Order: sequence, then structure tokens, then C-alpha cells
Amino acid sequence: MDARFWLLQLFNGVSYGALLFLLGSGLSLIFGVMRIVNLAHGTFFLLAGYVGLAVISGTGSWWLAIPAAALAIALLGVAMERLFLRPLGSEPLRQVLLTFGFVLLIQQATLDIWGGSNFEINPPAALMHSLVLGGVYLPLYRIFIIAVAAAIGVILSLVLDRTRAGAVVRATVDDAQMARGVGIDTSRVSMLTFGLGALLAGLGGVIGGAFLGIYPGLDFEILPLAFAVVIIGGMGSLAGAAIGAIVVGLADNFGKVLFPQASYFTLYAPLVLLLAIRPTGLFGRE
Amino acid sequence: MKGHGKPLAVLALLFAVAVLTPHTTPFVLLLVTRILILAILAMSLDLLLGFTGIASLGHAAFLGLGAYMTAILAVRYNFGLGWSFPLVIIFGSLLGAATAALFGLFALRARGVYFLMITLALSQCVWGLAYRWDSLTGGDNGLNLPGRPVLGVIRLGNDTAFFYLVFACFAVSLLALYLFVQSPFGKSLVGIREHEVRMRILGYNTWLHKYIVFVVSGAFGGLAGVLWAHVSSEVSPDDVTLATSVDVLLMVVLGGPGTLFGGVVGAAIVVFLREYLSTLVPWWQYVLGGAYVLAILYLPDGVLSIFRQRPPSLAAGPVSAEALTPSPGPGPGDELKINQGGIE
Repeated sequence: MDARFWLLQLFNGVSYGALLFLLGSGLSLIFGVMRIVNLAHGTFFLLAGYVGLAVISGTGSWWLAIPAAALAIALLGVAMERLFLRPLGSEPLRQVLLTFGFVLLIQQATLDIWGGSNFEINPPAALMHSLVLGGVYLPLYRIFIIAVAAAIGVILSLVLDRTRAGAVVRATVDDAQMARGVGIDTSRVSMLTFGLGALLAGLGGVIGGAFLGIYPGLDFEILPLAFAVVIIGGMGSLAGAAIGAIVVGLADNFGKVLFPQASYFTLYAPLVLLLAIRPTGLFGRE
Repeated sequence: MKGHGKPLAVLALLFAVAVLTPHTTPFVLLLVTRILILAILAMSLDLLLGFTGIASLGHAAFLGLGAYMTAILAVRYNFGLGWSFPLVIIFGSLLGAATAALFGLFALRARGVYFLMITLALSQCVWGLAYRWDSLTGGDNGLNLPGRPVLGVIRLGNDTAFFYLVFACFAVSLLALYLFVQSPFGKSLVGIREHEVRMRILGYNTWLHKYIVFVVSGAFGGLAGVLWAHVSSEVSPDDVTLATSVDVLLMVVLGGPGTLFGGVVGAAIVVFLREYLSTLVPWWQYVLGGAYVLAILYLPDGVLSIFRQRPPSLAAGPVSAEALTPSPGPGPGDELKINQGGIE
């Protein structure tokens, strides 16, 4: 294990973290605004992968597949929030369980349409090269993922910190009752946040489809990792989600390499301690 | 329903199940066996969710612990396949209780949705060990048990004999849990669910109450796990996944939280759809998902509430804006509230 090995593992961990950021940031925002745990988030991710595949086989364009699938998932999210979650407004647990009902329905639908095989999305040839850095081959595609996640993170944080819409969202996260008191339509904020979260999960699904693959069961494999991101970062905090994603990406990667027998334990046990000491996560606000 | 009507109806139903099931097909026999085992698990979760008002997203951990303990003892130490099996049942319950005693120290520091998250993280620890600790747990493949225990002339390899063992465990669990929730201690749990702060002011040590109920719940979860390992003579990491935990939550909510027996009904519905309907039609998951969504939307008190002669819960009606997002903090709004019924 020389320096090159460590550099490569570091790079793999960060790029996986970048993908988890796309998933975790949406989950975190949804939690912050609506106080619900969206169990369908991983399934959004999976469904987006399938939709992306369909768009690619229909149009041949990978670049079109990303926005198309993300938008489709966002619409699904908005519809789900409006038609089903909203009427249950007062009861977070029933909302959480309802999202699992959609997991079952979407899983069945994807199974009916695409079957049970393992698909892979092939990115355009331009992204298939590798950069050589100090003797280490860094796949360009993973660099692309990091770039997308960084761009999304910067845009989201600018919107949240600098715009009126962002202020409205932050106000709802901090104190929804107060926000309503000053005339903020928190119901609409919830709808748009849920849609935005779904959009991000959709982005992740198409982009992640290239190196995770797309197969039944992927959704519940990745969902606990997305939760880990949210737990570490604190629910409703974007900066927290970014740090949480990198930590989980690295912990997952190094855990598998260094302690293969206990790799998931080494990921989740510290989470338990963190939650017990700071239930709101590192950056969550009371 | 007043007086003893309900317990009598339940007794009659159980008697019918005990007598009739062995005369059906082998498939149905195994199906009912599975239902009864998961019903123990669902009832143990109902203690937390329905009676104490704390929702756990990690109850599969206790099923997995009991199941893996049974499998590891049988496969690696050849223990628990003869007269030592009753010991395994006791060990499984103790392991569930001991683990819950450890987990509870962490989990009960969190409340509301954070409790969901921390129980999820705890169960993921168990899942991670099951999935990755190959040398002990068989990793992804899980473990295959050599067969069901043989106690003298009683060969549990016979599905009918095994059914009666499971039925006995189930009946004892139901009775024990019923007495538990009917006791003054059980009533104080309901008090905690309804208004924890008020209970604390009245002098109740609410943390200790929740801790004890968490440990009891873990014990019955472990018991269910021991039996589960012997249903199909295999255990795998799938038994400990988040999906299993959600399934158990679903059983409780479908049947009606805070009713104890609702968990049994919920387990019956979920297992029936998963195991039976799936053999008939490939699109069974639409039915499960649809039933799920409809029940959550229209039967907030669970399927059992159909039989209750009360107007449906008011909370199921149109939503007022103020109900959306309770601010975090030690208030009643911070707890995950679900509608309760039939336990006043």
C-alpha cells in the first residue's frame, strides 16, 4: 500500500461521496422542511436510472437523459407530495409509511417494465478516458461526478443563502409555525422542496447508473447510506450534507478496503454515537 | 365492544386457527406459521409504537439477532438441535433483551423522527455485521441450518409439530404482552404516549419506563428470531434489512397500533400478500403497495377499526395548516403522533 494506493482510494471515496451528496442533500432538505423521512428517496434514484436508460435508447443522447429523467422524477415527487403526503399533513409517521407504499408500487412498476436484469448506463466516449496524475489513473467520469456535485452544491447554497426563495426555505426549516405567521406559504415550500429533492435524486440516479449499475434492490442498498449522510450532516443543512457525503463516501470505501469483515459496522456504529451525543447531527439546528 | 367480548372473540379465533390450520394444505400451514412468528415481532413493536408512542425503524435487528444466534449455534456448535432447543429460545430472548438494553441507552436519547434515525442506524450495525462478517455469519449467502430440532419423539421437522410449537410461543407472547399492557405499568406507557411531560411532572421516570419497554420489546423480537431461523432453515442478511423493519412497522400500522392484536392482523395481511399472492400473480406488489397507501390514507386506526362502532378519527379529516411542522423541542408536538384507537 503505497501513496498511489491511498490517493486512488481517497479519490474513489470522494467521488462516491459526490454521488451520495446528490442523494443526501435532497433527503436532508425534505427532512428539514417537512420533518419526514422519505423512504422512497432511493427508489426515486433507481427509477431515474431506468428512465434515463429509456431516454438513451429512445434518443441516443446521454446528455438529454440526465435532465429528462431528473425532471420526470421531480414531477413524480411533486405529484406525490400534493396528492398523498399533503392530506396527511399532521402526522409525520403516516407520511413516512406512505412513502414506503410508493416504494412498493414503483418497484413493481420498474420490474414490470424493465425486468429484473442488471443494466448499465454507458456515458459518452468523451468521459470514458482517464487522467493520469502522479502515476495514478483517475477515471474522467468520476471527476465529472465530483464536478456536477460541486456545481449543484454551490448553486443550491447560493440560492439558499442569497435569494428570497432560499430565505423562505431556511425560515421554514428553522420554525415553520413562525414562517407561516409571517405569511410564508409553507405548504408550497414543502411541495417545491419535495420536488427539488426528487430532482436531485433523479440526477444522481442517471449519473450513478454508470458505475453502480441499475438493478432491482439498488434502491434499498443506497438508501441507508443516504440516511447516513443526513444523520452526520444534520437534517436540513446543506453544508452538513456535503461533509456527511464525503465522510460516508470515504468511510465506505476505506472500510471495505481496510476492515472488510466489519466495514458496514465501522460506518454505522459511529453514526449511533453521533446521534446519541448530538441527535440533530453535526450541523443540524435545534 | 365492551367487557370481555374482545378477548373472547380473539380466543375463539385462535382456537379455530390452532385446530383448523393443520388440516389445510402444507403450504397454508407454513404460511400461518410465518404469520404467527412475525405477529410476535409485530406485537413487540406495537409495545413501542402503539402503546408508548415511539416509532422504531430498526426492529428487524432483534429478529436478525435471534435468527443468527440460532443459526450460528446450530451450524458452528451443533447446539440447539435436540433437547437444548428450549435453551436456545431462552437465549434468543435474552440476547434480544440484552441488545435492546444496550441499544436503548443510545436510542432513547433521541425522540420523534430522530428516534427513527437512530434505531435505523443501530439495525444497520447489525445488518453490516451479518452481511460482512463472513467467517461467523456466512456473509451474503447467510447460513443454512442442518434441520429443525428433534426433542425425543417430537420431531419439529414435521411442519405440524413446528406449527404447534410456534403457536404455543405466540399464545404465551400474546398473553404475556396483554397482561403487560393491562398492568399499571402498561397504563403509564399510554400516559407517556399521550403526554410525556405531564407524566414526568406527575413523578414518573418516563425514561426508565421507555427503557424497560424497549428491553421487553427486544426480548420478544429475539424470540421471534429464534423461530424464524427454523421456518425455512436459513437466515440471510435480508432478514435484517431496512425493508424488513419497515414491513414490521407496516404490519402494526395496518392492523391498528395500540391494539396488540392488530399486529397479528397486519402480519397476516402482509405475509398473505407477500407469500401467497406472489405465487398467483406477478403484479402482487401493486396490491400490497395499494393496500398500504389506502390503509394509511383512509384507515388511520388500522383494519381493526372497521369493526369498531366509533366515528372515524377526526385527525384523518382535512388538515389544518398549523399541524404541518411542529418545531423541535421537548413538547408533545415533537413526538411522532399516530392515531390511536380502542384502548381507552
